[in-house]
Amino acid sequence: MKKTFLLGLALSATAFTSASAQSLTGAGASFPYPLYSKMFAEYKSDKGVSVNYQSVGSGSGQKQIIERTVDFAGSDNPMSDETLKSAPAKLLHIPTAIGAVVPSYNLPGVTAPLKFTGKVLADIYLGKIKLWNDGAIAALNPGVTIPPLPITVARRSDGSGTTFVFSDYLSKVSSEWKSKVGTGNSLDWPTGTGAKGNDGVAGVVKSTPGAIGYVELVYAKQNKLPFGSVQNRAGKFITADNGPASKAAEGVVIPADTRVSITNSPNADAYPIASFTYVIFYQDQKYGGRSEAQATELKKMLTWMTTSGQQYNEPLDYAKLPTNAANKAKSIINSMTYGGKKL
Amino acid sequence: MSDPARRLPTRASMSSGSDRVFQYLILALASVIVLVFVVSLYLLGVDSWPALRQFGVDFFTTRTWNPVSGTFGAAAMITGTLVTSFVALIISVPLAIASALFVAEYAPRWLANPVGYLIELLAAIPSVVYGLWALFVIAPVLSRWEQGYFASPEKIAIYTACKNIWDQDRTTLQCFFVPSAFDGRGLALAIIILTVMILPYTASVARDVIRLVPADQREAMYALGATKWEVISRAILPYARAGIMGGVILALGRALGETLAVAMVIGDSQDIIKSIFGGASTMASVIANQFGDAQETLHRSSVVTLGFILFFVSVAVNLLARVIIQRLTPKGVK
Repeated sequence: MKKTFLLGLALSATAFTSASAQSLTGAGASFPYPLYSKMFAEYKSDKGVSVNYQSVGSGSGQKQIIERTVDFAGSDNPMSDETLKSAPAKLLHIPTAIGAVVPSYNLPGVTAPLKFTGKVLADIYLGKIKLWNDGAIAALNPGVTIPPLPITVARRSDGSGTTFVFSDYLSKVSSEWKSKVGTGNSLDWPTGTGAKGNDGVAGVVKSTPGAIGYVELVYAKQNKLPFGSVQNRAGKFITADNGPASKAAEGVVIPADTRVSITNSPNADAYPIASFTYVIFYQDQKYGGRSEAQATELKKMLTWMTTSGQQYNEPLDYAKLPTNAANKAKSIINSMTYGGKKL
Repeated sequence: MSDPARRLPTRASMSSGSDRVFQYLILALASVIVLVFVVSLYLLGVDSWPALRQFGVDFFTTRTWNPVSGTFGAAAMITGTLVTSFVALIISVPLAIASALFVAEYAPRWLANPVGYLIELLAAIPSVVYGLWALFVIAPVLSRWEQGYFASPEKIAIYTACKNIWDQDRTTLQCFFVPSAFDGRGLALAIIILTVMILPYTASVARDVIRLVPADQREAMYALGATKWEVISRAILPYARAGIMGGVILALGRALGETLAVAMVIGDSQDIIKSIFGGASTMASVIANQFGDAQETLHRSSVVTLGFILFFVSVAVNLLARVIIQRLTPKGVK
């Protein structure tokens, strides 16, 4: 304990010591970046270990962990079986937070939050519903006067985990979406204007009357964009605010490796467009000249992220891991080894 | 500094040995450039091979770009790159030549220098700044104009008629100029921003070559009783055309490769271009958007192939430029 404290002092004195065992590097998804920045800043002042996380996108993160240039990768979508096979050793996934994707819109004069169903969202993004005063939208929102504006569909132009979650949900609720478009980080979009990043989509929505765009909850709130509630599998309309995304993970059976889609959750109180965001790392930490101390630090840090670190999720508009997911994460972290020896 | 008496002894004291060392050094440094060219060509070739083997000629002729099903065709991006670049060039060249003529021939000296300086300054602005300017200044203006299509019933009727035509994957000349989206982003905004970005290249090169036209040429024309317009059109522009062409090619090179500003504003659509206000995509914009997150081998390889094509388009444009400049250079001008 005392040693760690001394090391922490030494670290804070030298600011950046990348060669030190007391610093960890990660790269990947940009969606949890605000949360990770907060978590790692707290972790550094608390434990004296600096964690350097670069938000370069889920795909790049996956590539970098396969090439073993980082200690851990961040990814919004779990690796596919095919990608896992291309890694040199066994990779593990643990969820760190749950994010919600919300349909935000810009409709002058509409103050009541709109209600959407998966089918309506799919039809809008397929280009089949073209005007806001379409019967399908009006039927969901009785008593709300919606202006007869054309719908400007805003979407991501860059490959993104947010797109993966949104399209995964649409594929589950619309067979037409599943056959015509499918699920992925980049899609062959039938319609819409592409913008770069969550903030790009939020920008289109903010500046265009009649626009709709899917963004992570935190971006909708930061940009003060109104966002609609979405009907879940049980038929309830749920607003993503204040943690109902967490419920999404409670309704599904989480497999041992935690790689699971939690969109369209059967839980009656769950927000349907939700997803885990993952941290990916090697089960056996002895590779490429890594020391045991480095491996131990990674294990400690991951444990902290899924336990005490969870207190930072909700203030930043991410949902907490429910108990079942946190327990799975704990047992996965405990399976980490160093040269075959348990850490 | 320029005193020859001081420089001479230094030169004489140089042994032939150090001369040779310098020769090898220069050779080594020069071959680094050749090496970089060869290595990048090789790496691009290796990385794009999976996509080229899978799709062959179809990669160049089809427009489906579907990362989900793993079908890739670059026709939309190739046309997007060529259309945005050449249209921007067509708009910017007359503006650039006019501004060069103004600065070199018409403006009084106290005005010419600051104006010339400002034009050159445009070239120094980073492209992300142009992109932000396009998004936050020009896009809202375009967007307001586009939303005007819903102000009067007859315009709504035009829009609805065009929408039906677009849905059949066709367009008409009138519909081509009717907005298909209302957010201001799209092909038109990309062309506007490219026009501004490439303007200084042509303008500053053209200004310099116009200034270099020998005074004899102008005076000879004036002596024959020519007006100022005749001097410009018969003596100055023909004499300077090779140099101006050089500036145009430089601008085209920048337009073809411009990435960030275009990626921010073009709207990213692989659909055929049905309206100038609709979305499109260029090779560079798709590389910027998808390279970081391309996880499957085929997707990644297809993105790299776009870079490979862009490489060849740039080389081809440069070769073409050399031929044109050679043809255009008036006889007797060195």
